[in-house]
Amino acid sequence: MNIAQSVKLKLTLALLLFSGFHATGAHATPPAPGNVTLLNVSYDPTRELYQSENTSFASYWLKKTGQTVTINQSHGGSGKQARAVIDGLEADVVTLALAYDIDAIADSKLLDLNWQQRLPQNSTPYTSTVVFVVRKGNPKGIRNWDDLVKPGVSVITPNPKTSGGARWNYLAAWGYKQKQTGSAVQAKAFVKALFKNVPVLDTGARGSTLTFTQRGIGDVLITWENEAHLIRKEFGEDKFDIIAPPVSILAEPPVAVIDKNVGKHGTRKVAEAYLTFLYSPEAQEIIARNSYRPRNAAILKKYAASFPNIRLFTLGELFGTWRQAQKAHFSDGGTFDQITAP
Amino acid sequence: MPPFSTNRKHILPGFGLSMGYTVFYLSAIVIVPLATIVIGTFRMDPQAFIGTVTAPRVLASCRLSLTTALLAALCDSVFGFLAAWTLVRYRFPGRKILDALVDIPFALPTAVAGICFATLYSPVGWIGQLLAAKGIQLINTPTGIVIALIFIGFPFVVRTLQPVLSELEPEIEESARSLGATRWQTFRRVLFPHLFPSLLTGATLSFARGIGEYGSVIFIAGNLPYKTEIAPLMIMSKLDQFDYDGASAVAFMLLIASFTMLLMLNAVQRWQEKASH
Repeated sequence: MNIAQSVKLKLTLALLLFSGFHATGAHATPPAPGNVTLLNVSYDPTRELYQSENTSFASYWLKKTGQTVTINQSHGGSGKQARAVIDGLEADVVTLALAYDIDAIADSKLLDLNWQQRLPQNSTPYTSTVVFVVRKGNPKGIRNWDDLVKPGVSVITPNPKTSGGARWNYLAAWGYKQKQTGSAVQAKAFVKALFKNVPVLDTGARGSTLTFTQRGIGDVLITWENEAHLIRKEFGEDKFDIIAPPVSILAEPPVAVIDKNVGKHGTRKVAEAYLTFLYSPEAQEIIARNSYRPRNAAILKKYAASFPNIRLFTLGELFGTWRQAQKAHFSDGGTFDQITAP
Repeated sequence: MPPFSTNRKHILPGFGLSMGYTVFYLSAIVIVPLATIVIGTFRMDPQAFIGTVTAPRVLASCRLSLTTALLAALCDSVFGFLAAWTLVRYRFPGRKILDALVDIPFALPTAVAGICFATLYSPVGWIGQLLAAKGIQLINTPTGIVIALIFIGFPFVVRTLQPVLSELEPEIEESARSLGATRWQTFRRVLFPHLFPSLLTGATLSFARGIGEYGSVIFIAGNLPYKTEIAPLMIMSKLDQFDYDGASAVAFMLLIASFTMLLMLNAVQRWQEKASH
């Protein structure tokens, strides 16, 4: 018997002993029935979405395998959440605001570097975009990105250094101008003028929402489309209007299984099923109802009324990969540092 | 007294045990965590370190943190002194409640305080509304930061002054008066020299606390680069960019600042003690 075989035998024996101690009378054949727990580490505005998705997936999984799955959620700024996972928060899956944050997790060897090729459509089961929320009746007459740089217009957006959503906002504004003029120099000047109108930079998207809605600061809030709908639902449709600009960015918040953690927990199968489930018609309906744009064309069509027709450009079209965009715009010395320097 | 008094017989035994305990505790909760910052900083290339800590944005944030903390500590010294005086020297209904209220900033999560201030002083808040009518805005300005820091630092001044004040017998003032000192002279020549060391301690503690304060300030500061971005936020923002080294570098500078201050405080206290003996 060589070493590998001997190790295997010992492991099997250990496992047998282990299961004997802990699950007396349980069937040894997989899939092991009983309970399984997943931890989904997500970003700020997805609380409501994953509440519904988790219930739906749990009953799907129970029906399919007879196993009860409990999914715990953790929410926070996308970058902070990624850091928590890097620093040892044992997430089975991450569902973050932008690919760069999952790239950072991959850099620390917790999952494969080509994670984004594993699931369809860049591992993004839903998309969103960036829209404006204004006060009822749109007193400042905000219609398009150009209206945001007008003197006397106060704009609320979070800090792109700390917030994933804010990076989409920033790139949306930049991309709008670059597509319009074909010039990155003009785009930079435009974003600079826009940030001159920003009186406060909250650290996350929810912080900006509260600044705008609760503190009454600002004429327009730049935010996720789903967050905009949530604001109207939570704080009153009689108080705020959503303005869809004619052009905006296609925001792709990706999802991934954290290889190392599912290996350790023995949850790979259910974790992968969970993420694949997000592409199913049932899950896509929930996505649409929570004002995220579903990937499923038929369901997108069904909910077309809630998704105004915005010309959406992708990140790849103008900025390359997230690593490149991060380096050019948000790293120290990037364009954001340049435009905010006095 | 010799520096190590282990040889002398103590009434209570257990020096070894309690000393071991103290060293272990200090190591576990202070020295080791701080050492990681220092190690993280020394891992850095010296040029990268200098580049990070002398970046204009980092310098601006440190300047802001230092000045707002200093202003807040000065305000706390004046009003904390008055509060401590009132609480010690006078007996009035509700004194105990007021006394307990002083500790609230210690107990309240600072984020809660920050949110309360931001809500109160926002243009639609109770106080902010009145100020906005006069064209004054406090929230999202350095003044907002000072307000939050005053709140955070207040109990430090009051609580360090109170015991000294209550030891100071009213008879001292009376004898000063009967020896012909005016009220001002009594205060300046008799009371103040006694109180100054603890006032200084309180102010320094509140200053040191203010430099590092994050939770309450973040909600009221506005966080604009170069304008209202405090040094602790620079650390957070570097962490959010996965720049652990840069974050340690800024943290290291703040650590040095706090440490220097506490050392200076110790020196001043020792000097004061010598002068009074």
